[in-house]
Amino acid sequence: MLSLKQRHRLNNALLGTLAWGVALAIFFPIFWMILTSFKTEIDAFATPPQLLFTPTLENYALINERSDYFHFAWNSVVVSFGSTIIGMLVAVPAAYSMAFFETKRTKSTLLWMLSTKMLPPVGVLVPIYLLFKDLGMLDTRLGLVIIYTLINLPIMVWMAYTYFKEIPKDILEAARMDGATLLQEIWRVLLPMSKGGLASTVLLSLILSWNEAFWSLNLTASQAAPLTALIASYSSPEGLFWAKLSAVSTLACAPILIFGWISQKQLVRGLSFGAVK
Amino acid sequence: MADLTIKNLKKAYGDIEILKGINLEIKDHEFVVFVGPSGCGKSTLLRSIAGLEEVTSGQIFLGDKEITELAPAKRDLAMVFQSYALYPHMSVRKNMSFALELAGKDKSTIDAQVAEAARILELEPLLDRKPKDLSGGQRQRVAIGRSIVRHPEVFLFDEPLSNLDAALRVQTRLELAQLHHNLNATMIYVTHDQVEAMTLADKVVVLNGGCIEQVGSPMELYHHPVNQFVAGFLGMPKMSFLPGQVLSGDQRGINIELQSGAQMQLPISGEGVAKGSDVTLGVRPEHITVTDKNNSTFRGRLDVAEHLGSDTYCYVKTDTKQTLTVRAPGTFLGQYGDTVGLNLDLSHCHLFDAQGKAIHKLSRSAA
Repeated sequence: MLSLKQRHRLNNALLGTLAWGVALAIFFPIFWMILTSFKTEIDAFATPPQLLFTPTLENYALINERSDYFHFAWNSVVVSFGSTIIGMLVAVPAAYSMAFFETKRTKSTLLWMLSTKMLPPVGVLVPIYLLFKDLGMLDTRLGLVIIYTLINLPIMVWMAYTYFKEIPKDILEAARMDGATLLQEIWRVLLPMSKGGLASTVLLSLILSWNEAFWSLNLTASQAAPLTALIASYSSPEGLFWAKLSAVSTLACAPILIFGWISQKQLVRGLSFGAVK
Repeated sequence: MADLTIKNLKKAYGDIEILKGINLEIKDHEFVVFVGPSGCGKSTLLRSIAGLEEVTSGQIFLGDKEITELAPAKRDLAMVFQSYALYPHMSVRKNMSFALELAGKDKSTIDAQVAEAARILELEPLLDRKPKDLSGGQRQRVAIGRSIVRHPEVFLFDEPLSNLDAALRVQTRLELAQLHHNLNATMIYVTHDQVEAMTLADKVVVLNGGCIEQVGSPMELYHHPVNQFVAGFLGMPKMSFLPGQVLSGDQRGINIELQSGAQMQLPISGEGVAKGSDVTLGVRPEHITVTDKNNSTFRGRLDVAEHLGSDTYCYVKTDTKQTLTVRAPGTFLGQYGDTVGLNLDLSHCHLFDAQGKAIHKLSRSAA
């Protein structure tokens, strides 16, 4: 028989092993991608897969030669930040009115907004493609900004709503008694009080926009193509070049991975919103 | 400075009427307390005055100026919230200066007014702290300070003491009374605690079910309640009620018989009261005395005796299963289950008709 203390230790050890296992399983593809990006194409194809090899930078050099990385990266930056800024400008007032001036229909409106995220995007691809074509917005950054804003808005409103709900209504009423206009009330009282939550919302929107591939592949060609489209351009008709594909993927993921690493504290709070108080 | 007048104020949420036509006049410098059970509309009335609730109909005037439709900040009122509602991201100083900044006052005026409020409320050492570093009592004082700096016409308090512990509540109550005296300001105060109402108010407004039951000085309400609700709501412990019937009555007095069979003549006008009609006798704990059980109006069994030191409150169950609350001397030594005799001070008893309306006493001496 194990003592209570021993059982406790065993439990912890088992849970720890499981957690490490899951973490490694999630991280392994990223690790393998980075590793492959430093291999020659021959090493990359080798069976059994090689862990020990002579690293090379030739893939990166070739990508640099063949495509303008910074053009795609800049598009990613413009589109992610653009859609996030516009999204927040819409989401904050929407969440404010839903959180503090709730009506009978607020809850169902929120659910309806979220339910639009459940539609398969491909279902609206044709109408949106035709609309964009008629409006001349195919392969424009503005077009992508608009579409990203719209697809992320439900999540942004929902998150902002959840954070605003935690703020006592009294404090906003006190500001109103103190003579704050609506804008002053939001800017000087509401936003400073919910800045942690709103920061998570901004981060999540940036990451989702950065990683979005379906719409960027279908609505852009070269002018407005972000990094996700750059990756896809390396899965060429001449066959797959694993090492080069890995190198370009590493380049596309690196900025957002570093960004996520720096802001992980905010992200954890953002992704577990509503779950823990 | 000006009087506040409320004319036929109504507020409804959909079909539910919260305020059913409130008419009220609050004089300059008065300390008025709205009191009533939960859901009686007292907070809604206060918030309507503040401008935080839109009213359905009716008017509110401050002096000659109608303020019914004005934005809260334009009404020249300040409010202290139950939860204090301090801005958590601002220092105490910022919390107090926020309204003045918004009003576009210059820095020297702001500094002077904040300093003055901090002096009055003894907040000077705390000015640079954030609300989370303050105790409940200190937060309460900051909330009051925030309203003082604006020099409003009327102060509104929404159950400001209910988040404080018992000792601090008594202390803050005294401080509020002093503050009212020092500022000589008009104050409207909402509470469900009738002790706060009795101790603080110049004028008490008793609300029930969205209507005003009675308005008057605390003593007026205590000694001359217009109905059974007000009689039962004010006073601690509560007035006891005993059902009975009218035997006879004229302008000199009224004879009644209680369910227990006890008959008594009360100095209450029996004019216009029908013989045989149902009435309720109301008597406060201090107007019942414990006596020898063989020489008393009532007999009953002692259920609980609460010894407070100076007094003992006895809860006595009569033969007809009614509970009477009795104030006995602190030296009272009765035990659970003892049979005790009770005598009523008939000159201080109240009588209510079947609708709960008070039947007039012959004399209105308040004692």
